[in-house]
Amino acid sequence: MPMDGQPQTVRKAVVVGGNRIPFARTGGAYTKSSNQDMLTAALDGLIARFGLQEERIGEVAAGAVLKHSRDFNLTREAVLGSALSPETPAYDLQQACATGLETVLGLANKIRLGQLDSAIAGGVDSASDAPIAVSEGLREVLLDLSRAKTLPQRLQILARLRPKDLAPDAPNTGEPRTGLSMGEHQALTTAQWNISREAQDELALNSHRNLAAAYDAGFFDDLLTPYRGLTRDSNLRPDTSPEKLASLKPVFGRNLGSEATMTAGNSTPLTDGASTVLLASEDWADGHDLPKLATVLDGEAAAVDFVHGKDGLLMAPVFAVPRLLARNGLTLDDIDYFEIHEAFAGTVLSTLAAWEDEKFGRERLGLDGAFGKVDRSKLNVNGSSLAAGHPFAATGGRIVATLAKMLHEKGNEGGRPALGLVSVCAAGGQGVVALLEAYSEGTTPGEIHD
Amino acid sequence: MTDTYARLVSHGLGRDLARKLGLPQPAELRRYRPGQPLIDGPVLVGGSGPGADGIAAALLSWGLDVRRHAVPKEKLGGIVLVLDAVEAPGDLKQPVLAAAPSLRDLAPGGRVVTVSRVPGGTPATAAARQGVGGLLRSLAKELRAGATGNGILLAEDISPTAPSALGALRFFLSGRSAFVDGQFVRVSSADGRMPDDADAPLAGKVAVVTGAARGIGAAIARTLHRDGATVVAVDVPGAGDHLAEVANGIRGTALQLDITRDDAGQRIIDHAVQRHGRLDIMVHNAGITRDKLLVNMDQSRWGSVIDVNIAAQLRINEALLASEHFRSAPRIVSVASTSGIAGNRGQTNYAASKGGVMGMVRATAPLLAEYGGSINAVAPGFIETEMTARIPFATREIARRLNSLQQGGQPEDVAEAISFLAGDSAGGISGEVLRVCGQNLVGA
Repeated sequence: MPMDGQPQTVRKAVVVGGNRIPFARTGGAYTKSSNQDMLTAALDGLIARFGLQEERIGEVAAGAVLKHSRDFNLTREAVLGSALSPETPAYDLQQACATGLETVLGLANKIRLGQLDSAIAGGVDSASDAPIAVSEGLREVLLDLSRAKTLPQRLQILARLRPKDLAPDAPNTGEPRTGLSMGEHQALTTAQWNISREAQDELALNSHRNLAAAYDAGFFDDLLTPYRGLTRDSNLRPDTSPEKLASLKPVFGRNLGSEATMTAGNSTPLTDGASTVLLASEDWADGHDLPKLATVLDGEAAAVDFVHGKDGLLMAPVFAVPRLLARNGLTLDDIDYFEIHEAFAGTVLSTLAAWEDEKFGRERLGLDGAFGKVDRSKLNVNGSSLAAGHPFAATGGRIVATLAKMLHEKGNEGGRPALGLVSVCAAGGQGVVALLEAYSEGTTPGEIHD
Repeated sequence: MTDTYARLVSHGLGRDLARKLGLPQPAELRRYRPGQPLIDGPVLVGGSGPGADGIAAALLSWGLDVRRHAVPKEKLGGIVLVLDAVEAPGDLKQPVLAAAPSLRDLAPGGRVVTVSRVPGGTPATAAARQGVGGLLRSLAKELRAGATGNGILLAEDISPTAPSALGALRFFLSGRSAFVDGQFVRVSSADGRMPDDADAPLAGKVAVVTGAARGIGAAIARTLHRDGATVVAVDVPGAGDHLAEVANGIRGTALQLDITRDDAGQRIIDHAVQRHGRLDIMVHNAGITRDKLLVNMDQSRWGSVIDVNIAAQLRINEALLASEHFRSAPRIVSVASTSGIAGNRGQTNYAASKGGVMGMVRATAPLLAEYGGSINAVAPGFIETEMTARIPFATREIARRLNSLQQGGQPEDVAEAISFLAGDSAGGISGEVLRVCGQNLVGA
């Protein structure tokens, strides 16, 4: 019988592999590409890599954060435009920047429960091709107009229009309940945890160096398919230096009273891109002669009350990870690779600082002391969002596929399958985290069989 | 990539004008489509003796309409001249001149195939046999309307009905050899077997094609798939988007790989075996050009061409030869180039690499023999690709016309030759270079 609080795993959900297109800075190579174009391209690359042409996949789930209203069936439309069987069902999901990771967890759970044998998780976002809405005033007039029956009625409604109503309503990344942008929110957190400019720049530098080294080593040869002339992430600056990063002017937190430390160099830029991850049961992967890189063990979501300032907007993973590890009987020391999404360098560093803080551990996490220390040599070792860029919903898929390959390469070093932790913060004070393990035959800790 | 001139002179006013002015009139070539008959019209088998009888019987068994004597005014699909028993130059006269009037009756896209032996034996026999070479190559230049002439050379103890002799005969008679003209294929062993299904000769086989993202490589991948093979399409990661399109179009898998990596061979083997259970055919097509006169050549231009075009093939072959997964009648086919035979100004590096391919093929053949394997090269002449489309107009126009068929070949023509050499029926052909050049007039 399963123990209380233990995940009840009926069978394993494995990561077979992934594919993404290179991420492009907004206004760059993918300016003319829609979310559907990019998601279809990412799917077709995955299909080609794993020979899935005409294959009926159990389910495809993906999503976008910035989404046109016409894209109400974005993922299904992408499937229909891809080389997959048109009999493959699909659904859209949206959980801000955690969209991609949540699609992985949701589909993995369906596989574990036997509802699916195969699935493709993914995400896409275009800040270049972002939807622009008409103003509320114009929208109301247009809707009323469509309901009007007589000419005088129509004229009366049109007379309500004011010049300001004609200005479009562009999307912004501000939080609806605070009016602050994500960067300004993070600036508050960065200042609260006393994260220095140098530490943030160093993290950004490592991200670029690690990502560039991974490209040079051919690490992404089977994780990425070029698109529209781009073969690497266009935000990557392999030759950036501490001096260059130090020369940038702060862009967030300039009115906080303390030193502003967040620059364009240690914050992720707006980016376009798409990613996909192929998930499967062991039998399905075996039956299709496909690799099994990693097992999706568990996931956890958390949210914080950032509206009243209790916690920083992007600090939810700080709470999700301790819960996830405790449930699996693990500590930070058991983790071989940490993939902490770099929304801002300050986000990662504030997260690490909170975990290392005795008081925070006792008072907020309910522990005996500090949660623990992350070995920095295990953190984002092949680069992360600061270098690659962050097309919101596509980041989860990028991380899961990258981590699965790293875990597979590490394998059973040290007598047990390598463990990886994914942490993604999201708008609305949310966070989703996940635990992956290098695939190995047989059972895994915490797994219960009937 | 379209040959505007050829279209212009193929019908109507343009055709009449070209005829009056004596301009070249390239014919539309007869190319293979699945399901079509091997050849249209009867085939005349010239020559006498057991060899000729055996070949006539084989043609009959393929359902062809066979003639042993010309029927005046009857259109012929092909003429097979069986000269395997000639012992002196004088022996050529009777069979050759008996068949000669029938050349008038050869249908457009017709085929002439000689079957003779590799020069050797007494001086008189060697002279007779070598004479067939000059005869066939000259005849090929006399043929018109897309007709071609090619020859099969049998090693001393090989029967004219050996599997690969018949395999080559089928290839030459069919539309698969459309742009092969004036060439000889040497059959050196009795290995090989005819496929169960002539329209799916590669059924059940797993083939790897490098440089498959575009051009000739993409055509090879598609042709091998059409012929029944499961294809692993390989190209550099930077070409991955085109590669994915090719792979998705043929239900194959895409392997993004820089073939100059030290572990490229192992990665190819691992992918083929893990995903598809086996590896039967390796097609080395990936190649680059970095043209420069030798006097201006730099390290990087020379080095990269040698590395991609030949050094990588050698390394991959080494891994294949060492692998237990490449032991069941394996096939290697490399893409060489007529530049590697005749030379080409500005291409010392490229020609060195392609000459290298031919040397490698010859020396590797004995190493594969013990597994019933074979290795051959195909040397394309002027092929209509994105690459040749960039050649300046006048140079391109000349290059196109300077062959017996007066036109450039299509990527598919190269692919057909590769598919033939990759098949079971070519098991007795190894260490050879087959030119797909329309009988290029330069460097023959």
